[in-house]
Amino acid sequence: MENSVIISIEKLVKQFPMGQGVFTALNEIDLTVQKGEFSGLIGPSGSGKTTLLNIVGSLDAPTRGEATVLGQPISKLGPREAARLRKENLGFIFQSYNLLQVHTVYENVEFPLLLLNIQAAERRKMVMDALEWVGLTSKEKSKPPQLSGGECQRVAIARAMVKRPSLVLADEPTANLDAANSHHILQTMVKLNEELGTTFLFATHDEKVISYLRRKIYLLDGKIDKIEHVAVNDTVPS
Amino acid sequence: MRLAIQLAYRNLIGAGLRTWLNVIVLSFSFVVIIWLKGIMAGWDHQAKNDMTRWEIGGGQYWHQAYDPFDPMTLEDSHAPIPSALSSEIANDEAEPILMVQGTIYPKGRMQSVIIRGIRPGQTLLDVPTQSLDTLTEVIPAVIGSVMARTSRLEKGDYAVLRWRDVNGTFDAAEVLIADIFASNVPSAEAGQIYIPLEKLRSMTSLQGQATLVTFRDPEPEREAIPGWTLKTKAELTKQIDELIKTKTTAQSIFYFILLLLAMLAIFDTQVLSIFRRQKEIGTYIALGYTRQQVVGLFTVEGTMHAALAAVMATAYGLPFLLWQAKVGWTMPMDTSQFGMAIAQTLFPVYTVGLVVTTVLIITLTTAIVSYWPSRKIAKMNPTEALRGKLQ
Ligand SMILES: Nc1ncnc2c1ncn2[C@@H]1O[C@H](COP(=O)(O)OP(=O)(O)OP(=O)(O)O)[C@@H](O)[C@H]1O
Ligand SMILES: [Mg+2]
Repeated sequence: MENSVIISIEKLVKQFPMGQGVFTALNEIDLTVQKGEFSGLIGPSGSGKTTLLNIVGSLDAPTRGEATVLGQPISKLGPREAARLRKENLGFIFQSYNLLQVHTVYENVEFPLLLLNIQAAERRKMVMDALEWVGLTSKEKSKPPQLSGGECQRVAIARAMVKRPSLVLADEPTANLDAANSHHILQTMVKLNEELGTTFLFATHDEKVISYLRRKIYLLDGKIDKIEHVAVNDTVPS
Repeated sequence: MRLAIQLAYRNLIGAGLRTWLNVIVLSFSFVVIIWLKGIMAGWDHQAKNDMTRWEIGGGQYWHQAYDPFDPMTLEDSHAPIPSALSSEIANDEAEPILMVQGTIYPKGRMQSVIIRGIRPGQTLLDVPTQSLDTLTEVIPAVIGSVMARTSRLEKGDYAVLRWRDVNGTFDAAEVLIADIFASNVPSAEAGQIYIPLEKLRSMTSLQGQATLVTFRDPEPEREAIPGWTLKTKAELTKQIDELIKTKTTAQSIFYFILLLLAMLAIFDTQVLSIFRRQKEIGTYIALGYTRQQVVGLFTVEGTMHAALAAVMATAYGLPFLLWQAKVGWTMPMDTSQFGMAIAQTLFPVYTVGLVVTTVLIITLTTAIVSYWPSRKIAKMNPTEALRGKLQ
């Protein structure tokens, strides 16, 4: 089973300078995530969810301990290697969508493929596939300011998924959405998780998101409080 | 790099009005600088050309005592024409000129002049010496428009001319202004009066003598002639280069201010966009850019203002510049009173070098000004940029 581990975290500590001393945001975290999981970090505000997700996403470095993502030790990666890991293997979904405002939906989704130097014809096909997954093929020429919040987040999902990354990190993806849109988004992600085998790791305190998770990792004050598994044959709300 | 250019282009066009304001200011700098430099090059060209046509030809031999800045030297600066030049003179390839100090009394007033004896049949200079061929009982003379104005002499006027012969004896005779010419060459006009060479020689008993010899062919390989100093065309036009250099230096301050304004606008835009687009910067990094690549992207974006400005400058500047080269730029004031070699209408001359250097300098400056604030991105923490919380 060794090679089915996608994230392996050992004694991870993250501290931030604070006044004269330090603030410990993550305290001795140990966690393993298997390929294909649909799991989430759950906890109150300030519990360290975003901090942990950022380290896994190689956007931040641990203070002590190690997080190994796709076999790469995050604390030992240089800026180029970290960028390459993100470019080739990671997808990010943010609470505030973070779409490029002056680019069309198509161009936003195309962006990760441009970074990967994929040929135009293949790029076009991949972008259209991704837009199809999220049901936005008709909006390819729109720009983000013309879209609703739910549509924006679907574009963000398409952008995260278009290169078929091994791991998608989603930080509060539903925080700006109403219930109907939240369910729509989550169903899309569940479908992609099942069809493409993509691993999803969420950070959330939204009950709607939590109800979709197969594994619930509860954080409290920078520590793992408890982990709950949902049996495979348990029904997912529709 | 292609991706950066493509992205930068989309971002710039997406930024709308602000981009276009910067581009307009910058394109204006392009056109004005190229035009002004073109005018200066045109002036240089015109002044040298006029000097060649009206005064110096392809160069001159000066009598060794001759100093154009000291009229007192004229008394001694004449000698028989050296035999080395006689065949060129016989073939009209060189013109001997004799210069003598004198005084003219136009309508009772008095003005000192330099009397230039020149062959009426010469073809080397544009001075209308054929008018000196008229048969009159008085001496026919030709003057330039500057001289005409200061002496208030008109074509057909008579005036008394006084001079000293070789022995220092004063003599006087009447001259008829047979023609007036306009040359834009102050030294060929101010205080100069042209009369037939042989006439002046007999008036002063300086038979066969000259003060200087102007030759047509500017070929630099010329032998030294004892007692005479060779003045090449380059030496004789050096004063024009110096004059234009001074003017160009003064203009540089203007270019500097113009560029400074354009650069301030771009600098400001860069600082503002780096501050306002933190989330975007964080997103680029999350999607797989290194911070250095984002610095590169923003630098390309800022520098692209110069590229857009070049396109815009071509659109409206090229027709303007070409039109100017055709009709010239006529100065609103009378340039013949400036006392320098400048025509009333200047025709700008644009060289490839001029356009290329201007474009390069502006683009390079824009690139530096764009890069400077962008360096800040390299120090940004991506997680904080993503939250858009940096100050
Ligand atoms: N750059 C930083 N400097 C100082 N303290 C920080 C920094 N980033 C996070 N923290 C602190 O670390 C703690 C955990 O932050 P984190 O953003 O991970 O919480 P979270 O669980 O994502 O909360 P939320 O649900 O509000 O997003 C918080 O107390 C926060 O103030
Ligand atoms: Mg958070």
